[in-house]
Order: sequence, then structure tokens, then C-alpha cells
Amino acid sequence: MKAHEGLRHEVYLDNENSTIVPKEVVDAMLPYYDKRAYGNPTLTHKPGWEAFEIIMESAQKTSAFLGCKSLEEVNFTPGETEANNLALIGSTLSLKGKGKKVVVSEVEPISILNVTEILQKNGFTVTKIPVDREGFIDLEKLSEVVDKETVLVSLSTVNHEIGAIEPIKEALETVRDKNPETLFHTDASDAYGRIPLNVKELNVDLATVSSYKILGPRGIGALYVKESVNVEKILEGQIGTQRLWPGLENTPLIVGFVKAMELAFGRFEDNVKHMRGLRDRLIDGITGSVSRVSLNGPRGEKRVPDNVNISFLKCEGEALTIEFSLKGVYVSSGSACSRRLLQPSHVLVALGRKFDEAHGSILMKVTRCHTEEDINYVLEVIPKAVERIRGIVGSTEVE
Amino acid sequence: MSRAPLPYNPKVLELFRHPKNLGKMDDATVTAVAGNPLCGDMITFYLKINEQDVIEKASFESYGCAANIATSSIVTEMIKGMKLEESWKVSWKSVAEAVGGLPSVKFHCGILAVGALKRAIRKYFKDKGSSPEWLQKEPSFEEKQALEDEELAKVLSKKMKTEEK
Repeated sequence: MKAHEGLRHEVYLDNENSTIVPKEVVDAMLPYYDKRAYGNPTLTHKPGWEAFEIIMESAQKTSAFLGCKSLEEVNFTPGETEANNLALIGSTLSLKGKGKKVVVSEVEPISILNVTEILQKNGFTVTKIPVDREGFIDLEKLSEVVDKETVLVSLSTVNHEIGAIEPIKEALETVRDKNPETLFHTDASDAYGRIPLNVKELNVDLATVSSYKILGPRGIGALYVKESVNVEKILEGQIGTQRLWPGLENTPLIVGFVKAMELAFGRFEDNVKHMRGLRDRLIDGITGSVSRVSLNGPRGEKRVPDNVNISFLKCEGEALTIEFSLKGVYVSSGSACSRRLLQPSHVLVALGRKFDEAHGSILMKVTRCHTEEDINYVLEVIPKAVERIRGIVGSTEVE
Repeated sequence: MSRAPLPYNPKVLELFRHPKNLGKMDDATVTAVAGNPLCGDMITFYLKINEQDVIEKASFESYGCAANIATSSIVTEMIKGMKLEESWKVSWKSVAEAVGGLPSVKFHCGILAVGALKRAIRKYFKDKGSSPEWLQKEPSFEEKQALEDEELAKVLSKKMKTEEK
């Protein structure tokens, strides 16, 4: 890390892949390691009862933030990946004999797409709905493919890479029109804390949320399961307070997750306005100062307030991320040169982006904790960094 | 998105920050390109070779990752002043060693840099209409790998075009 010594300022924008946990969240968690509620919540002693109480209180608060009917509908899991696995595998296990079709979109996160491969091995037919150039799902196609055999549809509320706010309400109506029995799951991890979300009003059957994506600790998430919906657990072990996830509950992480919700929703409108302002300054600042760039995903109200995804043509993504890092700006790229063939982001490919657009794409997510000063610094670093990387590419013809 | 860990050593990062012999060479005797943006790396090598078949100058340009930039940079330094016969013996392993080691997922970046060098040497003799005895007829390992990468990229490019909206 010597190469990073002497940095004037550091701005962490790789909030898609991990986040900085604010001090208030860490402070809320710490007493639950050694001061109180450190017991197993299923056991009959004070630390156990304390754990049981705080987990129930946390489930109640989560249920209120999500708009659930009751806390029974909240199932804490170790994260978004686990919640998505539980949603897809657990629900299809409970629907044996009712149909063999599952529908997702081409731009779902890997924790959905890779799980559909398991479903396929188990005899399900999986259809992937295409998206348009901005990343919005094709509702006509959805209507075409859902039929009496379709047991489950899973579509993200907001796309994790390009920030498109999907027409989930319309998608759900489309699905229900074609088959009222079909279960509807949405991965709402990138919507939670950024756009209004109420699972009861939306009337979805299953919804995933993630802690770190709202600046909570890593290793915790939740799956909303509507009261009337059956989901089988996918792991075996000692069942405690979480009927769908065996094993000892991680009380400090649950507390941290709920604290992060309180901070996100406590000043929801202000937070959203702040993020949207920084997002637009970043987008306008980059597109206004760097040549040959293009925004991936929609602009304005149809884009989630935190997401900035820009392709820098004639730049290789990993080289850009390292150059930015050496200047204290931390981002991720839509491709990784770690195999003989560069793997472009499946989301950008689904949008119809060319390979050089996908390979030079950079994903940044602002949070309520970023400041104007942070964005000014990023806008100072990026043009120079891009210029240097393009200087290395030189006359090598890549377009 | 692949997430293989990439623990670059300080030397690779240093060469990425301050690459040597970077840029187009207007008076190059021979120029060779290897790779394809779809492989993740594309390199142009420029060599200035004198009448005694000695490499007087070498430079490069790279659309590639840090490993590719670092290995290309070190190759241009290693071969400067070398006779072509000697520079032909430069292997990707010796290049990887010279940059202080590469993560295994990045070996192909070093292979491509050496592939570009060997392609340039072969082109030089082809242009000259001669072929010294030491120049093996069959493509070297690095040349073969570069060619395979390019062929794979073509297949992928075709696939992406058919899927294009």
C-alpha cells in the first residue's frame, strides 16, 4: 500500500461491493458483543432473553420500515446472496408439482442468475426477460412468457449496476393477470433506503434487502416472506428465532442493520435529495469534462439516487480503477481482466453495450455520508487519471 | 463480474505508475500488435533495429491492465541493446520474474507482452526476406497463446454481435 502514501483526500465510491459502516452503527452494535444480549436467544437465562428481546424488537422495526403485516414476515439471513438463494430455492421447493417455469431478467444479480442454473438442473425451465438500452425490463415479453406453468418470477426493484428503477408494480400486475398463483420475488437491496418501498402496498410475495447496501454491517440481510406464502428452508440445523435460517443468530449485526435503517429512513427525504444532488454533480461533472464517455442506465427520476455508471471509451477498466485508487478514489469496473478473455458485465452486455464500453465502465455509488468536497475531489482526479490511461493506450486501435 | 483477488506487488504498481519506454516510435524499424480488446489486453510494440540486428530502442503502447502495462514496460527495458537472437530467448516466465511475480490470473498478460515481441521479431525478418537459423519455424509458446487469445476474441465478438440489439 506504499504506492498510496501521502494521499490528500480519500473518497470511497465502491458502495456496490462493500460500504463504510458509520460510527453510529458501530457504536450501536458494540455492546451486543460483550455487555448485553450476548447469549443464545433460544436459551433460558438473562443474556439469552435479552438477545431474544432485541432480535424481536429489531424484526418489529424492520417489519415497520418494509411495510410488512407483522414481524413474522421478516427473516434475517446472512446477506442478500443468502436471501436470494432462500427465495428462489426455498419457494420452488415448496411449489413442487405446481409448475416448472421460472422467469427472471437478463440483468439480475449473480445471486439470482446463478441460482436459476440450479433450478434448471432440477427440471425448471428458466426464461430471462430482456431489457432495453436503458435497462428497463420488457413488460410485453414478460406478459408473453408467463403462463399457468410459471411458479415464480424474480425481478429486481432497482438494477444493482445501472440504477434503473424497474416498473415493478406494472410487472407484478402483468404477472398476476397471466397467472394469479405465480409467486413474485423482488431483490430490493438497491431500492431500500433510496426510493419509497412498501412490500404490502406493492403486494409482492418475497423481497430481499441487504444491510451493507444501506451502510449497515456486512453479513446480514433479510427476506420478506408474505404470511400466506410457503418457503422451505434450504439449510438444516438448529432453528432459533429465524424459522427459515438455522444457526445462532448474529445479534450485533441485526442491531447494526436496524440502526442503519433508522439512519436511512430517519431523514429519508433529505438523504435522497442529498444523494441525488451528488449523483447529478458527478454525472454532469464527468460527462462535461471528459471526452468519449457515456452514461449507462437512465437519467433523472428513473435512476436511483445513488448510482453513477459511466463508460470511458479507450480505457481499460482495471487500469482505471488502479489509477483512481492511487489518487484516493475507490471505484469498481464493469469487467475484470482475470481470465484469458475479459469478462464484461452481463448487465452492460444485456443493454447492448459494445465491448469497449463495457470494459471501460466504472461504477460509483454515492451515499448520504458523502460531501460536496468529496465530489469536487473526485471530479478533480478523474479527468487527469483518464488522460493518463488514454496516454498509455496511445495509438493502439481499440474502437 | 469476476472477482479473483489481485495482489499486485509494489514493482508492478511502480511500473504501472511510471512505465518506461511508453509511446509510439515514429522511426521504428518494425511494429507489431498482439491481443484484442476483448481479451482485455492489446499491445503495440515498436522496435528500432540496426544493421547488426541489435535492438537500439524499444517502446510500447497498451490497452491493458496494470500487469500488462508493467510486463510490456519491463520487456522493452530487458531487450534494449540485445541482439535479436538473444531477445528471442526472453520467455514470459523471465518477464514475470523481472516484475517480481504476477498473480496467476495475470500470467496471460505477461505471455501477451512476450508474444508481441516475438511477433515483431518474426515480422522484421519476414520484411527483410530472410530467416536466421535460430528463428524457429513453428510459432513460440507466447505467439501461439497470443493467436489463441485473438481467435477466442473473434468468436466472442461474433457472439456479441449476433446478440446486439
